[in-house]
Amino acid sequence: MTGICKSFPGARVLTDVDLDVERGEVHALIGENGAGKSTLMKILAGVHTPDEGTIALDGRTVSFKHPTDAQRAGVSIIYQELTLLPERTVAENVFLGREPKRRGLVDRAAMETATGRLLDELGEASFGPRDLVRRLSVAQQQVVEIVKALSVDARIVVMDEPTAALAESEVELLYRLVRRLSERGVAVLYISHRLREIFELADRVTVLKDGAKVTTLPIGELTTAGLVRLMVGRELTDYYPARATRPPGDVLLAVRGGGNDTLDGIDLELRAGEIVGLAGLQGAGRTELAKALFGAEPFTRGEMTPRRPGSVRDGIAAGIGLVTEDRKSEGLALHQSVRDNALLVARARRGRVGTPVLDLLKRVRLAPPSPEKEVRYLSGGNQQKVVLAKWLTVAPNVLLFDEPTRGVDVGAKAAIHELVRELAEDGMAVLMISSELPELIGMSDRVVVLRDGRIAGHLPADSSEEAVMHLAAGS
Amino acid sequence: MRRNLPILGVLAVLLVAIAIANPFFLEPEGFLAFVKRAAPLAILAAGQYFVIVSGEFDLSVGSLVTAEVVIAARLIDGDPGATWPVVLLLLAFGALIGLVNGMVTTLLKVPSFIVTLGMLLILSGAVFLWTGGSPRGALSEEFRQFGRGSLGPVPWSVLILVAAVAAVIALMRSDFGRTLLAAGDNPVAARLSGVRVLRVKTTAFVLSGLSAAVCAVLLGGFAGVSAKVGEGLEFQAITAVVLGGVALGGGRGSAVAAIAGAFTLQALFTLLNLYGISGALEFTVQGLILVLAVALGSVQFPRRAKSASTTA
Amino acid sequence: MTQQLRTTLPTRGLALRGIAADSPARPVFMALGVMLILGWALFAFDGGQFFDESNIVGIQQRSAALGIVAVGQTLAILAGSLDLSVAFLMSLSSLVAAETMAQYGVLPAIGAVLAVSALTGFVNGFAITTLKVHAFIATLGVSLIIKGILEYRYDGPAGRVPESFQHLGYDRVGPVPVSALLWLAIAAAAWFVLRRTPLGYRIYAVGGGPEVARLSGVRTDRVIVATHVLCSLTAGVAGLLLAARLGAGAPTVGTDGGYDLESIAAVVLGGTALAGGKGGVAGTVGGVLLLAVLDSVFNQLEIDSFAKDVVRGVVLVAALAIYARRRLAR
Repeated sequence: MTGICKSFPGARVLTDVDLDVERGEVHALIGENGAGKSTLMKILAGVHTPDEGTIALDGRTVSFKHPTDAQRAGVSIIYQELTLLPERTVAENVFLGREPKRRGLVDRAAMETATGRLLDELGEASFGPRDLVRRLSVAQQQVVEIVKALSVDARIVVMDEPTAALAESEVELLYRLVRRLSERGVAVLYISHRLREIFELADRVTVLKDGAKVTTLPIGELTTAGLVRLMVGRELTDYYPARATRPPGDVLLAVRGGGNDTLDGIDLELRAGEIVGLAGLQGAGRTELAKALFGAEPFTRGEMTPRRPGSVRDGIAAGIGLVTEDRKSEGLALHQSVRDNALLVARARRGRVGTPVLDLLKRVRLAPPSPEKEVRYLSGGNQQKVVLAKWLTVAPNVLLFDEPTRGVDVGAKAAIHELVRELAEDGMAVLMISSELPELIGMSDRVVVLRDGRIAGHLPADSSEEAVMHLAAGS
Repeated sequence: MRRNLPILGVLAVLLVAIAIANPFFLEPEGFLAFVKRAAPLAILAAGQYFVIVSGEFDLSVGSLVTAEVVIAARLIDGDPGATWPVVLLLLAFGALIGLVNGMVTTLLKVPSFIVTLGMLLILSGAVFLWTGGSPRGALSEEFRQFGRGSLGPVPWSVLILVAAVAAVIALMRSDFGRTLLAAGDNPVAARLSGVRVLRVKTTAFVLSGLSAAVCAVLLGGFAGVSAKVGEGLEFQAITAVVLGGVALGGGRGSAVAAIAGAFTLQALFTLLNLYGISGALEFTVQGLILVLAVALGSVQFPRRAKSASTTA
Repeated sequence: MTQQLRTTLPTRGLALRGIAADSPARPVFMALGVMLILGWALFAFDGGQFFDESNIVGIQQRSAALGIVAVGQTLAILAGSLDLSVAFLMSLSSLVAAETMAQYGVLPAIGAVLAVSALTGFVNGFAITTLKVHAFIATLGVSLIIKGILEYRYDGPAGRVPESFQHLGYDRVGPVPVSALLWLAIAAAAWFVLRRTPLGYRIYAVGGGPEVARLSGVRTDRVIVATHVLCSLTAGVAGLLLAARLGAGAPTVGTDGGYDLESIAAVVLGGTALAGGKGGVAGTVGGVLLLAVLDSVFNQLEIDSFAKDVVRGVVLVAALAIYARRRLAR
């Protein structure tokens, strides 16, 4: 790709970007949110057409007007949100839009055989071509996506944040799949926020910033700090705010023997002023625990102080707040204003808000603090700050954070970290879930590890990633 | 307010066109007569607005209006003394139907399109079962005052409309209104913020049922008793709301714009009449304008440029 | 449930497999079975014969027009759309058919009807895709447009259908009316399209996830337009059938039958999701038959026709409530 430019009404998104990818190479594409990674990728996929610039495959100039054009040319994309149809079978999904035909009709048998063969090749035996996608786990669905990419004989596979929804153990499987792709001579363009993955997988790295290319370098010439500096244009020497200065205060929330369909024997105490990290693999029950404490998917057994919440409203009344994992689907009403979102919890309780909205927005460092803007126009980081503001209106004692920095760029991430620590310092009890172990360890005053819906163990601050993984995986 | 502008602009243009064709329209009497004609639909549209903005449909209002008028005629049967009790009964009945619609939709998780379609069938069938096929009885003169009488120069229906509009605006500014919008926009997020989504949505249906009752009181007085009085009103109300720029699917659009949409529709009918396109092709023009207005509206929507979420 | 089903599949016949693949349709066939037994018992009790020829023929005849248009509606709903214009289009088709037949003969009339309905479907699809109007509003608008044309051009029944064409409405082969055969053929064709052709796969994809379909290279706009053309064509054929029955065209024949909302009701009764992407034609056929059997039982019991509407409403809502239960239970 050479000299790619793209504008959308009101904003120039890409300026003169060059990118080259070689056969069998894993090429990482990184940059902060809004740097233009997704747009660049969608141009390569034929979803958008560039205003200027050309794309060449094997030296021949091509132009993609529709995703089909890109597919035919051997470009395959695995999007951030999984793009599968839950009500259709694995085979139907794999061949969606290009079903094999015989005499004009869909050749089901050929479709299912081909899918089965690819699944075998990847060593996937836990499901078959005729299973409904609805019944698969997230990790299994990701395998379907990869099979889909392979089935077109793709020469370039683009992966957009493929690990965002995966647990650590599943990430290993993905690494293996990526390596297998590159062994087959497929070029992999790998987009990720997680620097560790990039050092693990990539041969070369291209950094985007504000819609322009900063540089392309072989991975050997880079360090983590150097990469972050290239991305944000500044050195983030101290990733995480300092730990609690005072010993933890009163117990604000305590569970004894808590359990429901997915959880069992949960004993947990959260104290004023401390941040407790909650670790565990995907499916270990982290989100479920947060939702149980909050009352969204209540405990059916065990004792809890304050009173065990039977509903979200009970939880809120007891002074508990939950910052959900998925902002867009669970946290915000995207077409409503910042003000309406920020006041939602307070209004649902018919409570009056003590602090003016504007002060609240400044407190969560929303920049600019414009209360009338619809939240869908905000960046991921700013959206997360609005979610936080929403909870601060009712001044909860206990705040549960589920992946508070997922999909948030490096700068906003630091701001959210500071805020979380500030809230704890002000006397709140904080529980924080994160799939990024360095973040979890860096933020927490102590770590609780979940495994199969039970508490597998407790660890002090500054434990090693290995120690956490050891408990989480039960090895 | 900015979001109401397109529909208010269209309405203004139509009103000017009417005034040009018929100068009587500029006099208070002429204008009030127009508002009086528009009042039933405007009130019905306001009720439908609550339901649509909560992400649902109410297809039952047309047959509910018919049912209410038929019930009123049968129960009053010309007896002036029965007027007020029956009006109260009608309001209660409207609220009850709304409550049933709302509870079946929210508790049994049946799409509201189907629930209210079922209610449409049930109401139209039940009412005629009860009356034996054709409306019987008669409305009292007192009852008909709501639809055709006036207080001094101002028709009662205009006063009722003004009260209704004030109530709707107040409701939408209240905690209820804001949580209703949030629940229509993203019910999961609303629930996790402590909003009683089921209750809020059910309330929207109750308001729609109430608005149908008020509409029936006005229409009964204005047009009299017939088995067709509410025919097609559900589609007209939805049309009005959508013309006002309120998105089907919930969470977007203002109540004032929805009411303005009803006035626009009424102005359109008036205009078509004035220019002699009455009856015959009226529907064709209405259909064309509906599709085109919504088409233009949807082209206009993404004018606030691109957001971080699409470029990230 | 499907897991268990899959293991038993290969031992069954092909037709059963097709229906099983439409697994959302199973409850409606169970309900139909129950209704048939109930109907038989009621008739027996009442001194009638449920399974006698006239009743069977009656059920099929009543079903045919609704059945045909409901097949088309199924396609539209599966693609995540819906079509409120079918009732008026049926009226228009009956008039176009009767008038053209009176002047030019049967074949040109069929051609004219198909052309008019294909055009209507195209307009519906165009408004939804290119003008980006919500399907509810687009097809409501188009139905108003047709209504205006009907009121402008016709005061009452018009045209005349020759004897030869009226056979379509009244003839039968043994106990099976020709109209029912036509319905069956159309349903089978739609089933085949959905199960075996690329278009069918794309209809499910567009209804199940328009963005997913687009990113997978499906030209979603074309699929929606094609679906609406097919849906309108079924309304045209249903209009032809009604013209054959009446011997003339009538401007209110479609709306009097309530074919717009009833066809949607039959589709969702058959287990097709109103939101699209899930369901199939088999269920719709079951839904239509269920409504017809219900009617026939009411007729036998000589219940006031208004009570039918009440029961229909209750059945519709109850059925959907049951589907919702099943969905939650999974």
